Amino acid sequence: MSIEKYTRSFLKEVEERVEEGHWVKMCMQCGVCAGSCPLGAHWEHTPQKIFMMIRAGKREEVLSSDSMWMCTSCYQCIVRCPRKLPITHIMHGLAYLAKREGLVPKNQPTAQFGQLFWDNLVKTGRVNELKLSLGMYFKDGFSQGIKNAMAMQSVGLGMMKAKRLNPMEIMGGHGIKDKSGFHAMLKKARELEDSRRKLA
Amino acid sequence: MTEVVATNQTILVVGGGISGMTAALEAAECGKEVVLIEKNPVLGGRVSQLYRYFPKLCHPTCGLEINQRRVKQNKRIRILTMAEVTGITGSPGDYTASVKIAPRYVNENCTACGDCGDAAETMIDDAFNYNLGKVKAAFLPSRMSYPQRYVVDPSVIGTPEADKIKAACKYDAVDLSMQEETVQVKAGAVVWATGWKPYDANKIQPYGYDRFDNVITSVEFERLSDPHGPTGGKILRPSDGKEAKNVAFIQCAGSRDENHLRHCSRICCMASLKQTNYMREAFGDEGKSTIYYIDIRAIDRFEDFYQKVQADPNVKFVKSKVARILEDKDGNPVLHGVDTEGYHRYATPHDLVVLAVGMEPSVSAANIPAEIVSDSSGFIEQDQANGAIFGAGCAANPLDVNRSVQSATASALRAIQVINRVARAEG
Repeated sequence: MSIEKYTRSFLKEVEERVEEGHWVKMCMQCGVCAGSCPLGAHWEHTPQKIFMMIRAGKREEVLSSDSMWMCTSCYQCIVRCPRKLPITHIMHGLAYLAKREGLVPKNQPTAQFGQLFWDNLVKTGRVNELKLSLGMYFKDGFSQGIKNAMAMQSVGLGMMKAKRLNPMEIMGGHGIKDKSGFHAMLKKARELEDSRRKLA
Repeated sequence: MTEVVATNQTILVVGGGISGMTAALEAAECGKEVVLIEKNPVLGGRVSQLYRYFPKLCHPTCGLEINQRRVKQNKRIRILTMAEVTGITGSPGDYTASVKIAPRYVNENCTACGDCGDAAETMIDDAFNYNLGKVKAAFLPSRMSYPQRYVVDPSVIGTPEADKIKAACKYDAVDLSMQEETVQVKAGAVVWATGWKPYDANKIQPYGYDRFDNVITSVEFERLSDPHGPTGGKILRPSDGKEAKNVAFIQCAGSRDENHLRHCSRICCMASLKQTNYMREAFGDEGKSTIYYIDIRAIDRFEDFYQKVQADPNVKFVKSKVARILEDKDGNPVLHGVDTEGYHRYATPHDLVVLAVGMEPSVSAANIPAEIVSDSSGFIEQDQANGAIFGAGCAANPLDVNRSVQSATASALRAIQVINRVARAEG
């Protein structure tokens, strides 16, 4: 049996590399977060189980879990937690680490949407609603995309009427003035975050 | 007019529960003069409202009776009931307390014959039974009442019913002209023993204490189990009077929670373990108890009591803080949560849910009419800055009866030391 089992190295990693990760050791395993979560029954692992797995050093299992991608940020767990752990933030922090480590489960819809949204936003500095919607419709192939688009037709038309969706955006869409400045800012922000969280 | 002879060699004890009585007796039996102030009409406090004590499961009447006899025999203790301290001025060895005394409308002539109670018609909430029942507006607060004197509720004063109550008394004990009064009491030292109150269960919204009849508190369960309680000792659930043979106990209801009470209330685990014995006593093998807990804290040397309950096949332990309670169509509370031994999601119906509510100080230190150093929960700290005002029992810490008595004795000793210094200085 290796000593590694007892070093709590993954807990230390989480404390260093995950936003609000230093709170994980404060969990007293009461289970109120799991019982209060409106989506709790659909998660692979409940928050208190994730926290216990972190302490038990189960790095692969935690980071490849779909749990943190199921969080809808309703904040019920934070409100109820008797020890005031910022559970929602920890979940998002773990999701980010999983993404950076390439351990996100395949075809995880929330993760796919996150990537799509990010790429869409970074391109011009503005979200292109049309391309984002089409991107989501067609992510599982062309024929599924047509089906999705037909199913969502009335919503799409409504958004167009309300001027929330401009069909002309297909040409490239609107953007901010100083795109290269924006990209430089993002690069710098990422550098800072990487050095702070030792992610590089 | 109430006359209180007190000097700066008197010890003022505020609160007449088990801690206050103990502090008063210890000081008086050491030869000190004591004035004992009690807010309620009778002494005994929360202990008198218990069915049994842990760990020996004897009845509190026993311990209280001994103390009442000691109080009765001791001429150095002056008791003021229905009295509250509204202000304290001065310094160690020289305090003056303002004491507000509410009218009892019954004087010392009372023999507790009960004729006034028979004459009364209005029913009021029975505070002794945590409002689970009603009593007449002329009543003896509890079977162990000391002083053994009736009380007339202020709600009937000025009505023809009050005159009827007065007329029924053969001993001229009912005095409807009594007024609220404030007296000044001198004291060299003060023992503050105002005890605890159960945390307001309505604040724990997911448990629905305010919405579901069959969710009650641990102090109410004590009254339900007591043969002299509102149900005659039958454990009946409030919604339909059905025997509650499948009871859930929820630990840390309010305690150890940053949203409610930050501290561990210490006694609730033992109280619930004790109450599983009431279930066994009432229903034998048919009485099923389930304890939902974060971790069981059978404080100090009570681990063997815990182990005995663990060995009982009719008691189940579920390691989980219940997330919320809903009600099914039959009025059964259904407990929802996820356990920590396997992370199983459960939705379990029970006949009755007992919330092991936490302890908070009856009078938070911030509301004590003197400068008092307290912890973040409002319990009195032992601190030089408090001068000769000493916290005792549950005013200073969440404690069980045994430790409250120890704490009260310690405070009496501290007060005695102050009085001895005063006496030496005065020669």
